[in-house]
Formats: sequence, C-alpha cells, structure tokens
Amino acid sequence: MTEVEKVIISPENLVYSKPSVLTDNVMHYCPGCSHGTIHKLIAEVIDEMGIQEETIGVTPVGCSVFAYNYIDVDWQEAAHGRAPALATAIKRLLPEKYVFSYQGDGDLAAIGTGEAIHACNRGENIVMVFVNNGIYGMTGGQMAPTTLPGMPSSTCPAGRDAGRDGHPIRITEIMAQLPGTSFVTRQAVHTAAAVRKTKKALKKAFENQTAGKGTSFIEVVSTCNSGWKMTPVKANEWMEEHMFAYYPLGDVKDL
Amino acid sequence: MKELKLMKGNEAIAEAAIRCGVDGYFGYPITPQSEIMETLMLNKPWETTGMVVLQAESEVASINMLYGGAGCGKKVMTTSSSPGVSLMQEGLSYLAGAELPCVVVNVVRGGPGLGTIQPAQSDYFQAVKGGGHGDYKLIVLAPASVQEMADFVELSFDLAFKYRNPAMILSDGVIGQMMEKVEFDAYKPRWTNEEIVKNYPWVTQGKKGRERNVITSVELDPEKHEALNQKLWAKYKEIEKTEVRYETIQCEDAEYIFVAYGASARICEKAIEVAREKGIKVGMVRPITLYPFPTKVIRDFGNQVKGVLSVEMSSGQLVEDVRLAINGKVPVEHFGRSGGIIHSPSEVVEALENFFIKE
Ligand SMILES: Cc1ncc(C[n+]2csc(CCOP(=O)(O)OP(=O)(O)O)c2C)c(N)n1
Repeated sequence: MTEVEKVIISPENLVYSKPSVLTDNVMHYCPGCSHGTIHKLIAEVIDEMGIQEETIGVTPVGCSVFAYNYIDVDWQEAAHGRAPALATAIKRLLPEKYVFSYQGDGDLAAIGTGEAIHACNRGENIVMVFVNNGIYGMTGGQMAPTTLPGMPSSTCPAGRDAGRDGHPIRITEIMAQLPGTSFVTRQAVHTAAAVRKTKKALKKAFENQTAGKGTSFIEVVSTCNSGWKMTPVKANEWMEEHMFAYYPLGDVKDL
Repeated sequence: MKELKLMKGNEAIAEAAIRCGVDGYFGYPITPQSEIMETLMLNKPWETTGMVVLQAESEVASINMLYGGAGCGKKVMTTSSSPGVSLMQEGLSYLAGAELPCVVVNVVRGGPGLGTIQPAQSDYFQAVKGGGHGDYKLIVLAPASVQEMADFVELSFDLAFKYRNPAMILSDGVIGQMMEKVEFDAYKPRWTNEEIVKNYPWVTQGKKGRERNVITSVELDPEKHEALNQKLWAKYKEIEKTEVRYETIQCEDAEYIFVAYGASARICEKAIEVAREKGIKVGMVRPITLYPFPTKVIRDFGNQVKGVLSVEMSSGQLVEDVRLAINGKVPVEHFGRSGGIIHSPSEVVEALENFFIKE
C-alpha cells in the first residue's frame, strides 16, 4: 500500500468492510456473475446474526459447487439436484443449527424439482436459495428449465421454442402454493437497491429459521453474461427487460 | 439384558436399529421390505431414543438424506428392495467418494425391471462391484437368518464408521419375510453431538473452534484426485485384509462344496443333509461378507475338493467370484432358480450330481 492509500483506507474513512465470514479466496466466477454478490450477502447475514459456528450450508452441482471455498462455514456438497434432501436430514438431525441450501435453476428446477418441492411441502425449517440465471452456466450455456422463449442457448441455438422445448417454469410461484413454505420471494442483485432488498430477504429467511416458521425460499433472478454472451452491463439491461417481465420481483408469500 | 422375540427379518432390522442407537431412518415403501418403516412408525422411536424416522419422496431423496445425515456424523440408514436400490446408486457413489458412513439394506426381489415382488438374489453384482460410477466399494454383509438381520445392523454401522464407508446389508425376500426367534441386546444410547464431534472431527456440525469442514466428492486437480482414489484403494485393501467373514459347514471331509449366502445358504444346509444321506460328501462355504469376499478360503478348497457349486437365486453372479477364487483348479458351476422360485434342497443336490458326479 502507498502512503496515500494508507491514509485513504484509514479506519475513520471506512464505510464498508468485507464480512468476516467471507474468505479471502479469489472467486472462480466470471466477471459480472451474480453468484459472488449473493455469496457476500449470505456471509453478511451470517456475520450479523453471529451464527457462523452454527451454520451448515449445502452446495449444488453447478457454477456454485465451490461456494464452500468462499463462505467460511461448514458445508456439504450434494449430488446434482439433491441439496434439499441433504438439508432436510441435516436440519432434522441437528434442529438447533442453521441450515441453508444454495442451488442454480438446472439443479433446483430440472433434475432436482422433486427434492425441492417436497422439502418445501414438508415445510423443512431451512433456507433455500435459488439462483435463476436462465441457463446452465457450469456446463457451458445449455438450455435451462427457466430459459425464456426465444432466448438462445447452446442446446437451442435458434432460441427456446416453447412448442418444442416446453415453457420456462416459475418454480417460485409453485413453492408459494405449498403449505410448508412461510416466506417465498423473488429478488435480484443488479443494482445497489436490489442488493439491499435481497439482503433483507435473506436476513428474514434466516430469522424465520430461528422462529421455526418452515421453509423460506428465496429466488434471485441473476445474469450469466458468459452463457448469455453479453457484457455484464448489457446482461443487466437484458435481464431487466426480459427476465423481470417473466419473473416479476417481490414477495410472493410472507406469513 | 438379553430379550428373546419371534419376528420377521424385516421387523428385526427395525428393532435392532432402535436398540443400537441409530439417529435417522429415511426410506420409501417397496415390497418385500415395507415392514421395516412400518415397524419403526409403530414403535415411534422419536419419543424414546430420539431417532428421526422420515418417509422420503423417493429412494433418490432417501439416499441423499443419508448423505446429509452421515456428513453430520449421525448413524443413518435406509432400506429398500431392488428397483429402489437401483435409484440409490448415484447417491452411494457420492457417499463412497465423500467417505461417509451409512447403512443401506437391500431386501432383494427379482428383476430386471419391475420384475417380481418375490425373493431373489440377483443384485449381487450391483452390491459388490460398485453399482454406481467410479472406483469404489461398499462393505457388503449377507445375513442368512433373522438373528443375523438384527446383528448385522450394528455390525454394519461399526464397519461403516471404522472405515468411513457405506455398508450394505444384502438380504433377500426370504430372510426379510420369514419369522424366527431372535435375541436382542439391551438398548444402547445414541451418541451425543459432543461425542460425535470429538470422535469424528471431520463432521459438519458447525465450525466451533476449528477450520470449516467440507464434505465433498469433487476434486478437479488430477494429482489430488488420483491421491484420493489411491487413498480409497488403500482403505479397500485394508478391509480385504481385516474384515473377511465366512462360515464353513461340514467341509472337513468334503469332496464337493457349495458356496452360497443368504436364503440359498439355508437351503444348502438342508441339501448337505440330503446329499450326505446319499453318501455324497459335500460341505459349504457361506460368505458372510460378500465384499470383502472370502477368496482365500475358497481358493484353498481348490486343493481339497473335486468340484464347487455356487448356489444363488439368480442366473449366476456369485459364481464369477467363486471362479476367480478357484482360478481353474477344479470345475465351478452355478445353480439357481429365479423369477421368485426358491430352489429346493433336492434340486440343489440333483444339480450337484448332474454337474459333477453322473458321467
Ligand atoms: C447427474 C448429473 N447430470 C448432469 C450433470 C452435469 N451438470 C453439471 S452442472 C449442470 C447444470 C448447472 O446449471 P444450473 O443449476 O442452472 O447452475 P449454474 O451453473 O447456471 O449456476 C449440469 C447439467 C451432473 N453433474 N450430474
């Protein structure tokens, strides 16, 4: 650090610092990816609630498989789609701990739809974070169950054809209908205001676990600029225009 | 204090699970083993020992619930029958890869496909050769009585935790459904969380006073991943050296031997009587662990006997390991009915005579 930098980064000038629950590991995510921001928010909530030593996370198969390198809590890495089954058992066997699952849209809304719906339907007292970037990021940009009609991917290069490929699934609305869920919301992290709202939702979700309210389900509509083949800025614009039209933001259920 | 009861094999599994301090049971109904979860639900162990019992939405979910529970160091088990165990294969591979202890019971019915609800022994390959993807092994125990159904629950957990590896009880519809007397040990308390964290420092129960623990089977660095596989194989070598269990019956003067496990071993016991009445000197090696397989003891019989008959309710799976053990020394043949038909002792003796004695 230069002398000038030292003065600028002096304690009295600090308005923000990294949550202590976030590790110093360099994230493997592409520049512009939403996963990193969502990780940071979860880390902040765990930090603020003082539950780092009481929390067990479950990572999916997908880009966020290695989330355990970034959030400094105990973790289990699940098979593709099965995170809610792991989280169910962890919470039932350790009811005094905080348990959350973290999944992408392929993981949660395609291969793992059964586990996700049944965890919500049983009202497992866990937090389920669902990152919907409309595409399979990790495997190189194939069509997801959430890919919008007309949106291209490597397995629907001319765009999703709903007649052939089926329609994008609004899983969050389905979860809201299940009696086991207490808090179901859809958020985003593309602007400072959106980040604040997502943080608030995550906090409420973890607090619901303290209160034993059942399942809290938080969708975060996200970008995958690599998979979408757009710049981060363009991806955000495209998300606001197209994704939010199909996946409207806001609380769907809050008991 | 021992207690004597008359029960079905399936009920004995449930009773033994509660008594040996199992923390969690996760399962999905399927014949011929649904009595296991039904017995647990009737007994309500959550009110006594605190054991969690949950009916999952599928066998895929139950095996992954085992992964979650095992990752916390809890004694967790599931039970199913053939089609359900097929669905668990991916999960078992992950459990083996992440080195997690758990117990899976397969009360085998006939396949392939939906097959039949009648007993069979046609899942031997799936149980002992891996079943899921990747280089891994399950520790496989084969009970031949209701008593062993009960005893092997605790034994399987002991082995699973000793080696951090999933264990399977490979039973069949005969042993699961038949009633026999069975003696139980007194109830043992479940492990406390403090005990688990102290004895198994790898578990995920929250990172109090230590670095975070991660339960995972993924490793993308080739050198590290190879090292992981080598570690697993070293473990399997140790298991093969230390944990082979078998029983020999009337082998001292035997000119022929049967090799059989589970229900077929029970039938072969009677077949030995029938054959010996006819003057045929036959004995039996009964593998109790199917993995690790009692290769050496069977190999040594290659120097004593004139022929070996592998008896299994299948088209011939066990016979391949028997042949590998005998390694061409003497003829090895397979006999077994399938489709849910249970071979009779006299059929087994007739097969022995046809293969080896009648010219
Ligand atoms: C059983 C199985 N099938 C397929 C795969 C390959 N696979 C890995 S990640 C993935 C999709 C991930 O997409 P998503 O859940 O949307 O997460 P993202 O990477 O976009 O964050 C697939 C199909 C796998 N690992 N396991």
